[in-house]
Amino acid sequence: MILHPLDKKLLRDLGRLWAQGLAVAMVMACGVATLILSVGAYRSLDETRSAFYDRYRFGSVFASVVRAPVHLKEQISALHDVSAVEQRTVKFVILDIPGMTEPATGLAVSLPDFDQPAVNRLYLRKGRLPEPSRTNEVAVVETFAEAHGFVPGDRFEAVINGSKQSLTITGIVLSPEFIYAIGPGDMVPDQRRFGVLFMSRSVLSGLFDMDGAFNDLALTTLRNADTTRIIEEVDAILKPYGGTGAYGRKDQTSHAFLDAELTQLKAMATVIPPIFLFISAFLVNMILSRLIALEREQIGLLKAVGYGNGSIVWHYAKLVIVIALVGLIIGSIAGYWLGHGLTVLYGEFFSFPFLIFRQSTDLYFLAGGVTIAAALAGAAKAVWTTVSLPPAIAMRPPAPTVYRSFLAGFQRGLSMFSQLTIMAFRHLLRWPVRTFLTTLGTSLSVALLITALFASDSIDFMIDTIFFKADRQDATLSFSGDRAPSALNDVKKLPGVMRAEPFRTTAATIRNGHLEQRMTIIGVSEEAILSRLLDVELQSVEPPPNGLLLSERVAYKLRLRPGDHTEIELQERNQRIVSVPIAAVEKDTDPPERIGSLLNLPVIGIEQSYVGLTAHMRLEALDRMMLDGRKISGARIAVDSAKLDELYEAVKNTPALGSIALQGISRDRFRETIEQNIITSMTVYIALAVIITFGVIYNSARIQLSERARELASLRVFGFTRAEVSSVLLTEIAVIVLLAQPLGWLLGYGFAWSVIQGFESDLFRIPLIIHSDTFAIATLVVFAAAIVSALIVRRRIDRLDLVRVLKTRE
Amino acid sequence: MANAVFRVTGLTKIYRTGDVEVRALNGVDMELFEGEMAVLLGPSGSGKSTLLNIIGGLDDATSGEVRFRDQELSAYSERQLTKFRRDHVGFVFQFYNLIPSLTARENVALVTEVSKSPMEPETALSMVDLEDRMDHFPAQLSGGEQQRVAIARAIAKRPEVLLCDEPTGALDSKTGILVLEALAHINEELGTTTAIITHNAAIQQIAHRVISFIDGKISSVHVNQTRLDPAEVVW
Repeated sequence: MILHPLDKKLLRDLGRLWAQGLAVAMVMACGVATLILSVGAYRSLDETRSAFYDRYRFGSVFASVVRAPVHLKEQISALHDVSAVEQRTVKFVILDIPGMTEPATGLAVSLPDFDQPAVNRLYLRKGRLPEPSRTNEVAVVETFAEAHGFVPGDRFEAVINGSKQSLTITGIVLSPEFIYAIGPGDMVPDQRRFGVLFMSRSVLSGLFDMDGAFNDLALTTLRNADTTRIIEEVDAILKPYGGTGAYGRKDQTSHAFLDAELTQLKAMATVIPPIFLFISAFLVNMILSRLIALEREQIGLLKAVGYGNGSIVWHYAKLVIVIALVGLIIGSIAGYWLGHGLTVLYGEFFSFPFLIFRQSTDLYFLAGGVTIAAALAGAAKAVWTTVSLPPAIAMRPPAPTVYRSFLAGFQRGLSMFSQLTIMAFRHLLRWPVRTFLTTLGTSLSVALLITALFASDSIDFMIDTIFFKADRQDATLSFSGDRAPSALNDVKKLPGVMRAEPFRTTAATIRNGHLEQRMTIIGVSEEAILSRLLDVELQSVEPPPNGLLLSERVAYKLRLRPGDHTEIELQERNQRIVSVPIAAVEKDTDPPERIGSLLNLPVIGIEQSYVGLTAHMRLEALDRMMLDGRKISGARIAVDSAKLDELYEAVKNTPALGSIALQGISRDRFRETIEQNIITSMTVYIALAVIITFGVIYNSARIQLSERARELASLRVFGFTRAEVSSVLLTEIAVIVLLAQPLGWLLGYGFAWSVIQGFESDLFRIPLIIHSDTFAIATLVVFAAAIVSALIVRRRIDRLDLVRVLKTRE
Repeated sequence: MANAVFRVTGLTKIYRTGDVEVRALNGVDMELFEGEMAVLLGPSGSGKSTLLNIIGGLDDATSGEVRFRDQELSAYSERQLTKFRRDHVGFVFQFYNLIPSLTARENVALVTEVSKSPMEPETALSMVDLEDRMDHFPAQLSGGEQQRVAIARAIAKRPEVLLCDEPTGALDSKTGILVLEALAHINEELGTTTAIITHNAAIQQIAHRVISFIDGKISSVHVNQTRLDPAEVVW
């Protein structure tokens, strides 16, 4: 095959420009990889989730109720668009696992006798489902079984409704309802300390005295059903039985967490690849503008001998396309590999029975199209400027660059700078767009680093706030039902308990006009020092003697401010339901005016809480409101760490306890999980930022060197040392890198803010905290990458051929 | 005869590119004397620029010796050569080599900032009759003016030698003469040893001495008994 001379030129150009071309291709590869990685993982995860949901009939509407008769099933099934209904008994139990000192928490869920449930069916990984005829059989979720190395036939003990039962595992299962399974009081899943157990309905109802009744409901709907309406109708049906409010998938914990993850992937797909493609377009523009400026006379000659504009444009377009293709190939391989890895990682973190890898060819075409388009867009102006010149003019050298005096009229003011510095400044100002874009490109790597690094600041702050300022207890014990205040004495008698603080909870709907929010109101003692309430400035506040303290998120959602009055409907006081207008509460000390379960309370303050939706009251005020005397739902305790094992042993044998949340372990577990994630993402982001910085700084320095080789060689001739000559170029790079810092900090703050916004949900919120260290680290990484790229270019300055450049005309 | 500023003995320079060997200088012996204006005349490729580059410390010789006063230049390190250029030599090139981002004054100041006892940039520029154009950028000056800025820049540090490589090569005769006048003026006024490389034979008439080159060797050395004023030169 005989290559066209122009193609030979192309190959030689590529051979000459390989380092710069590769730097650009790497930036492109980052864009392609992040696109394929995020969209690929998103699609795979989404597809896997949908398939699991479809095949295992994941519910669309869920509800909890205190105790409702099973005959409601007919009424609920009859609702328009409802396709299947499953009534269940769902209760927390305390587990005693062999070889584990601390108690674990189990969520016992009933299964229909002899059959899979109609809603939220189980995927049976091993063994069989429990049989109704055998009291002690359970199926456990896979994550829990794996954490303990359980196989069918293994046994463990559980405190179920006050009695200790020995349970035998018959099967290991996965459920679409518990893809992300998180225990009470935990912030990240702990597979060891939390497990979901499935038991036959007749056995479980027997243990909990729930014969002929249910306390949990899941239903599926027909496609395109109006779930909002169904939720209202289910609420109406369940209300008399202490319904705590039906909710759709978006409020279902597992679904919501999975959704948050998917949203994050989607955000990554829409934000990061465009940054890289933008930078690579700019870099291509820079390189090609310079190449074409150098080849201006050749282009004129080609035109003079009869090449058309089309073939010249195509010649340069091919150069750009080759660079883009290299980027595309590297990016595709990396993206495929990382995407696969990420999906597998998600598969482990979330509990899926199978993983569907969506191989999206469209994605590769999209990535290819977008990358090449970005590269060509970058090249367009440079090519066009030259091609549009008549050959005779193109063959002549371009007119010399005209510089202007900055700070005109302040010539004397410049005397504080050396001429070398003035050279650097003038050059920067002569090409303001290029200077700006180079600065912007560099600042994006600073911003990217801040976005990656700030998470650790925010989470440290969150841990500090939650575990060291607010919930300072070592554990939270919850009774299986509300108890008399004397139960606190029993808690205090448990081994190692140094302090116990009571709390009471109740499910309620808080309303403001048409806005309403279902949530738990927690009554706490004003003497509490373990678990404290924090105001928005994170200062400890006492629970108000009357009225509510709402978390910021709730106040925002309900548009409530301190001093406003809000209407409260208690979900569990089911016998008395009246809805009438409410009078205002007058004085703090007066009991809240109540008509039926509807109350009107003032909002006393706004509290800061990063997890869940909270509303707090003083314990006595809650008791008064509930009209059933003094009760407590559980206690927060401080424990002598030397006696932890004894306490654990006692808790496992205390019938009255419904569940235990171990804050200390939660905190460690949370930190561990988050730290792992942060280290992984930090490594990736640092690599990305280094590639950007290197791509931008190296290319811009190379181009400056090419443009100014003659100037710099002249300086060497006049007796300037290598260091002095390099300083001209290095000053320019330094100015750009310095200017990029504040801009990068600002952009990084903005990115971080939008990440926080993306995360914000009813489940949790992350405070936006960026320490100065984070800004400093981002800056240092970019400095380091810039210095390395500058030094590589500096070596070229050292090797300038003085004699040759002086003989040539620019 | 005055003292020799440069003394060159047996200077040879061989360029190798691949298998091709070019002998640019072939055993040259030459001296440049204090205060003289010498014209190095010869066709292109005769080795005169190579010689100038070597005595100016821009290039090294393959063999032979270059002495600058009592120093052996050919034994200098890279660093010493840089210092030598900085302290002792002024260069003027065919294509001016001005820094486009600096004004005329700043181009001169560029060099005076790093010199031991320079003249004021303004003084140097008025010696080449450019006091009115000091704040212009190179792109705003004509070729002759640019070359005069280059001369001002070269002499502002009061160098001992001024090495000019085809200083009028890119100029028409009228502007070329202005440039030569400037060089002659400086030679007289400051007594700077000046070597002018040219292939233009007309220029030889303004020199004290004319050294002719052919094929990397000196073919003749001729002392002008009567010198012409640059204004009288015609080409």
